[in-house]
Amino acid sequence: MHVCRGICRRLVRWLSIAATGVLAAGCGRQYVVLHPAGPVAASELHLIETASIAMGVVILFVLGLFAVTVVRFRERRDGSGPYAPAWNGSRRLEALLFAVPLLIVAFLAVPTVSQTFALDRLPPGRHDLVVDVTSFDYKWLFLYPRQRIATVNYVDIPVHTPVLFELTADSPMNTFWVPQLGGMEYAMPGRVLPLYLEAGRSGAYAGRSANFSGVGFAHMVFTVHALSPGRFGRWAAAVRRISPPLTMAGYRGLLAAGEAPRASFSSYPPEAFPRTSHGFTLQGGMYESR
Amino acid sequence: MTNLMAQLFPPSVLRPMELGADVSIVFAAAALLLILTRRHLWGWLWREWITTVDHKKIGIMYLIAAMLGLFRGGVDALLLRTQLALPQNTFLGAEHYNEIFTTHGTIMVFFMAMPFIFALFNIAIPLMIGARDVAFPRLNAISFWLFAFAFLLFNMSFVVGGSPNAGWTAYAPLTELRFNPGVGENYYLIALQISGIGTIATGVNFLVTILRLRAPGMALMKMPLFAWSALITSSLIIFAFPALTVALALTVLDRLFGASFFTIGHAGMPMMYVNLFWIWGHPEVYILVLPAFGIFSEVVATFSRKALFGYSAMVGSLLAISLLSYGVWVHHFFTMGAGAVVNAFFGVSTMLIAIPTGVKVFNWIFTMWGGRIRMTCAMLWQLAFIPTFVVGGATGVLLAVVPGDYQFHNSYFLVAHFHNVLIGGVVFGLFSGLYYWWPKMFGYMLNERQGKWAFWFFLIGFWVTFFPQYLLGLEGMTRRIYIYPRGLGWSLPNLVSTLGAYAMGIGFVILVYSIVYSMRHRELDLTGDPWDGRTLEWSIPSPAPEYNFAVLPKVSSRDAWWATKHAGARGVAVDEIGPVAVPRNTGAPFMLGLCFFVAGFGAVFSWWPIAVAGLAGILSLLVAGWLREPDDHLFSADEIRRSEAALGRLKA
Repeated sequence: MHVCRGICRRLVRWLSIAATGVLAAGCGRQYVVLHPAGPVAASELHLIETASIAMGVVILFVLGLFAVTVVRFRERRDGSGPYAPAWNGSRRLEALLFAVPLLIVAFLAVPTVSQTFALDRLPPGRHDLVVDVTSFDYKWLFLYPRQRIATVNYVDIPVHTPVLFELTADSPMNTFWVPQLGGMEYAMPGRVLPLYLEAGRSGAYAGRSANFSGVGFAHMVFTVHALSPGRFGRWAAAVRRISPPLTMAGYRGLLAAGEAPRASFSSYPPEAFPRTSHGFTLQGGMYESR
Repeated sequence: MTNLMAQLFPPSVLRPMELGADVSIVFAAAALLLILTRRHLWGWLWREWITTVDHKKIGIMYLIAAMLGLFRGGVDALLLRTQLALPQNTFLGAEHYNEIFTTHGTIMVFFMAMPFIFALFNIAIPLMIGARDVAFPRLNAISFWLFAFAFLLFNMSFVVGGSPNAGWTAYAPLTELRFNPGVGENYYLIALQISGIGTIATGVNFLVTILRLRAPGMALMKMPLFAWSALITSSLIIFAFPALTVALALTVLDRLFGASFFTIGHAGMPMMYVNLFWIWGHPEVYILVLPAFGIFSEVVATFSRKALFGYSAMVGSLLAISLLSYGVWVHHFFTMGAGAVVNAFFGVSTMLIAIPTGVKVFNWIFTMWGGRIRMTCAMLWQLAFIPTFVVGGATGVLLAVVPGDYQFHNSYFLVAHFHNVLIGGVVFGLFSGLYYWWPKMFGYMLNERQGKWAFWFFLIGFWVTFFPQYLLGLEGMTRRIYIYPRGLGWSLPNLVSTLGAYAMGIGFVILVYSIVYSMRHRELDLTGDPWDGRTLEWSIPSPAPEYNFAVLPKVSSRDAWWATKHAGARGVAVDEIGPVAVPRNTGAPFMLGLCFFVAGFGAVFSWWPIAVAGLAGILSLLVAGWLREPDDHLFSADEIRRSEAALGRLKA
């Protein structure tokens, strides 16, 4: 009994690892998608794992059936072996083969739909931080409308705080992706798209653009530092005190194509980001109605 | 003058690699010209090929173009993989890399897969349904020459003017003048527009051919599955391609005439381009894969010596997939902020496609169940397809899980997925069809032993290339980056992936060698039915005579030729032979393609006099063709009797 449970547990574990496609090196920390550092990435990973296990079972079943069929019905030199050319349809079997995939799809569709809605919603009752993100030709500008500070190519956030990133672009489209904190969203000219992320533990998390935007695209990387709320407050105050302001001329400098080093600014011109009220007046889709 | 030179020869076409390619093109062209002149083949080339309206020859020309496309796209792929083999590699610069991944994708989709599919449609469909040609043979030739000249135009980009560099998807606003001032994108837009006209015409042609020209007695539900897939693919082309036409045309207006449909500012909407592109682009995926499904359905039945399992379900699932394919395009950009309702809808609709696809996979397996599976090359590609495609389909379902897609979008997980289905589904299917129908095209077999070497190199290479890319996706590597640092864990999977790509390259070389070898050591197919086939194309000699069928077959069941064979009713009855009219050759389609090329080339550089001259040529050819009476060549009954007797096909 004990042994059996052990085997079962091991089997489930093995399946989950195999299905996520990480047979050998699955424990490596370099698999950022598999090592979430916050609730958003964790819930996405959970759904990925569920779906992977379901798909893993499907793959194993089909491959098994396929292998048995090919071995059993291969042509042998002596002409022996089963041969039943008349069997070319079976309503009952076909109905089954229609129904089982339908059930699997239903099984996956339910959590997909519910999670799609859940991740789209503001976590209830929690005071969030807003960061306005603009992608330029080959750099990222982060504006903190409440703190009135700005950074380039790095963004500091407090841990255990849902952060609303409002994404736009003054360049071709990019996507804003920090795999350990959660999935990506596009930064597009003329639109502002929201993305909630939250860090569950402090640390530095690599981010990059995942949508090709031209010659410097590979260098559109940035770092997210998740700090304790106290340290975050001190950092923001220090930036306000020490760093130079971002002027409109400086903003236009960012618009020029090219890479840029990390930078911090104690203030920024209000025109630097399309006006939103940092609630939900974001353009387009669902967000308009809230 | 210097301005002109700068426009024609920007630095990007003067890199050593481009110049080297130019030199090899010059040498190859010179060698070809020399051979054609020495052997007095110019007249033959014009009479037998350039002016032909015979679907079988047009099919062969499509096939040659597709192999050239596979070569160019494959070389591009190897260059990309070489650059990514090592971290911080400096083999290709950013600009160069961007151009090459753009041409790789564009060529593989538009100038490899599409012509390969049209090659097999042209070669097999009329013969399978017992027709003497397609419904509009001259239009068929026009389609081919528009495609061929578009292919030429697109490939000229790296010789003069510079390559497109915004990805095969060419998302606005990256393609807008502000960000992309060269002529490269113009090549992309105009070449695809020209070949798109040809593609839509091909869709119309095969739709009408299949609906109107089936042999007497061949009801729709008695058609071979490949004919079904061609019928459904044609309807997909007719309804989906216009969306691409519009997307390209509006981008052309933006770039060449100062419009602002997709620009930043001036109320342009870049996202509209993305929607239009994928409204075409997702059905396009099925335009590519449904023909492969059709091929597999023929091959699996033939080489299992068993009728296809669940014929009606196979037809029904093709129809279901084609309808669903119009309702899933947003899954290419779940992360563009459409909101939860839209994303949930498109996530579920995408998952639904797995159901009819699953039905097909099971039906192929059950076709083999109870059969006698012969391991020929055609069948090996089918056998490799099933597990490969199942894995690719499963990862597709993972991508349809919307929150999961937020992590997979534009990562190497996605790259691995779509190569998994496009190579494992489409390319394996086309190779299977190539081996299957080769004897029908040329009258001799492809060498099986060499074919198996090519198969194993390509298949193993495929998995070695793309499995590590799934891992890279989970490691956070995004597509289309030309360089990456050490220390992210990306180095080893990238190196392995590159080695796999080289193995696929070796597989391709063996395949080409095998084709040349088989051409020289002709192992003739004298029976016309080398595989013990089931469908009508195997009832006639290999290669098929120009008139295809001396007497149109009468069909009373599925697998019509199998039934005829087993009823002992081979051969052609002499007294049933009558005269057959086939359309005469014409040079007009070639000239039309040439005029499109001239007009397109002028438009690429905004040299309007040249463009207008080309357009005038197009108009006058269209008017002339419109005024012309149909002009047929008549094979007399005697001629056909003699030719059939020489082939030993007459009933005693």
